Amino acid sequence: MTAVDLSTSLAGVTLPNPVMTAAGCAAAGRELEPFLDVAALGGVVTRSVTLDPRAGWPPPRMVETASGVLSGTGLQGPGIGGFLATELPWLVQRQARAVVSIAGESLAEFAELARRVGNSPGVTAVEVNLGWPEDAATGRDPYQASKVVNVVRRDVPRGIPVLAKLAPVVHSVVDVTRAVVKAGADGVVLAHTVPGMAIDRRTLRPALGGVTGGLSGPAVHALAVRCVWEVHQALPDVCVVGVGGVRTGYDALELLLAGASAVQVGTMIFHDPSSPARIVAELEAELSQRNLTRVADVVGRAHRPEGELS
Amino acid sequence: MTRAATGPVQVTGEVLGVKRAGAFHHLTLVAAGVAERFRPGTFVALTVGGDLSQRLLRRTFPIYRARPTGAYGGTVEVVLATGDDGSDWLSRLGGGARLDVLGPLGRPFALPKEPVTCTLVGGGHASAPLFGLAERLRERGCAVHMVLGAATETRLFGALEARRAAKTVIVTTEDGSVGMRGSVSAVLPDLLARTSTDVVYASGPHGLLHAAAEAAEAHGAWSQTAVETDMPCGTGVCQACVLPVVGEDGVTRMVRACTEGPVFRGDRVRWRDLGTVPSGTWGAPPPAPTGGPAR
Ligand SMILES: Cc1cc2nc3c(=O)[nH]c(=O)nc-3n(C[C@H](O)[C@H](O)[C@H](O)COP(=O)(O)O)c2cc1C
Ligand code: FES
Repeated sequence: MTAVDLSTSLAGVTLPNPVMTAAGCAAAGRELEPFLDVAALGGVVTRSVTLDPRAGWPPPRMVETASGVLSGTGLQGPGIGGFLATELPWLVQRQARAVVSIAGESLAEFAELARRVGNSPGVTAVEVNLGWPEDAATGRDPYQASKVVNVVRRDVPRGIPVLAKLAPVVHSVVDVTRAVVKAGADGVVLAHTVPGMAIDRRTLRPALGGVTGGLSGPAVHALAVRCVWEVHQALPDVCVVGVGGVRTGYDALELLLAGASAVQVGTMIFHDPSSPARIVAELEAELSQRNLTRVADVVGRAHRPEGELS
Repeated sequence: MTRAATGPVQVTGEVLGVKRAGAFHHLTLVAAGVAERFRPGTFVALTVGGDLSQRLLRRTFPIYRARPTGAYGGTVEVVLATGDDGSDWLSRLGGGARLDVLGPLGRPFALPKEPVTCTLVGGGHASAPLFGLAERLRERGCAVHMVLGAATETRLFGALEARRAAKTVIVTTEDGSVGMRGSVSAVLPDLLARTSTDVVYASGPHGLLHAAAEAAEAHGAWSQTAVETDMPCGTGVCQACVLPVVGEDGVTRMVRACTEGPVFRGDRVRWRDLGTVPSGTWGAPPPAPTGGPAR
């Protein structure tokens, strides 16, 4: 086996490997403790933290679809106070690289969240949730998205990257990326869930309490690869994190080849709580088998002309 | 890294066999490490559909029996109902089939410290976890009585075994095909009074749990109820299994059945408000003046 250097750069911050958990799919991180070592992952992205506590949407909150799930949890969580008091300190104490996802309902809320997270010790990066399906406007409109990123960037210390997480179903994901980068984003996370709906076979009524929800899982993987590919093609210097339907080490590699510097695992954690750790090992094997020795060398490699080796 | 010796394990399980039990199937799995950690009321979360499955969510089942040692190593047994494609797939598995097992998960039934009198109430196949519980209670010197209810005879589970497990056994069916006609709520008040029950343990559909909790409260007994609800992950990460439960501080919170439960104090669950986020819940939006959904 060829030795592989899995380390990667997340907008200037070095991660030991490119595999993170996805926002909202690993709760506070602590729930995964029996099944993996959070410090051995590239990073742990928290659920999107809101200013006030949120009870979330009424159930049912999740239904199974072909190779995916449709969900609408409504960002249930303890709010920034509870998060900073217990959840973040746990991640820091476990030496996990904590990427804090934030979701505000106004510019003022985003600014306050950024300030409080930015002032807390142990934060590796901030991820700005611009794409939750319930909040259609912000993530799809380049102007709104850039205003949010602007206020967040202002309040987060320089050394901590701000990543903008975008909705995948937009007129042009490249245009939104360009706008948020101009507003100060150090990278983009592609992508959020896709709006979808299901009807219950017994009640013949909408299956989710929130009626529509976000589609995720392997069903959306090809969509994520396409988003990453387009952005890396147009803006090769922008740091991209790929997320959507990563199930195996090869799925992770695919996103790297398309241009992602790191990947996130979401829905597969519901299926298999140890999957992020397994995917790190599988990615290493995928690279080693192909005599590829560094993750840094494969980022965007699929864009190179055929026949060009290194 | 240190891992709690009592926590759940993730192992590849192997099917030892699937047997029919009335309208249900009884699945036995060899799953190392699960039985040693088992306490009544905990559950396992199983993958369905095999390695190439397009069905990604776990199916969760309360543990019926757990044997740490046996000819094949540690085994766990669960009872499957039909109707869900994932459970149906499990019921068709042959010996030797492999699947991923997580368990034991969730909070178990709280056991009394004193040798008190207990009434165990089960609905349909959800009575399964009560047999292991009865055993532990008897080991502590508790008197155990049982009430099993179902729509009809084939949907009862464990009626014969109950005769060994409990001093008194009452069976009710809604169609009267066996036992008394009606639901368990009709027989509970009298049984609790007659036996001077101190603790009611219940496992079954929400209606039955609500009835058991109310009967316990009216009689002045504690109640421990194991809720049956869809649990997409079983490990606390998806936030989809929530229900409104009143905390020690009197505040209602949406809590996860898989992690804070599945066993709750019966007087803490807001049975009438299941499926909703009741107004006043911690973090709920103020009621919308228009009556429309609030953001
Ligand atoms: C139940 C659930 C909750 C989620 N919560 C959040 C969230 O709080 N913030 C966020 O930015 N994305 C959230 N997401 C989106 C995921 O982070 C991810 O972008 C998406 O699910 C696609 O990745 P996957 O296919 O690997 O799940 C959530 C997804 C699911 C399924
Ligand atoms: S089943 Fe996923 S959080 Fe409870």
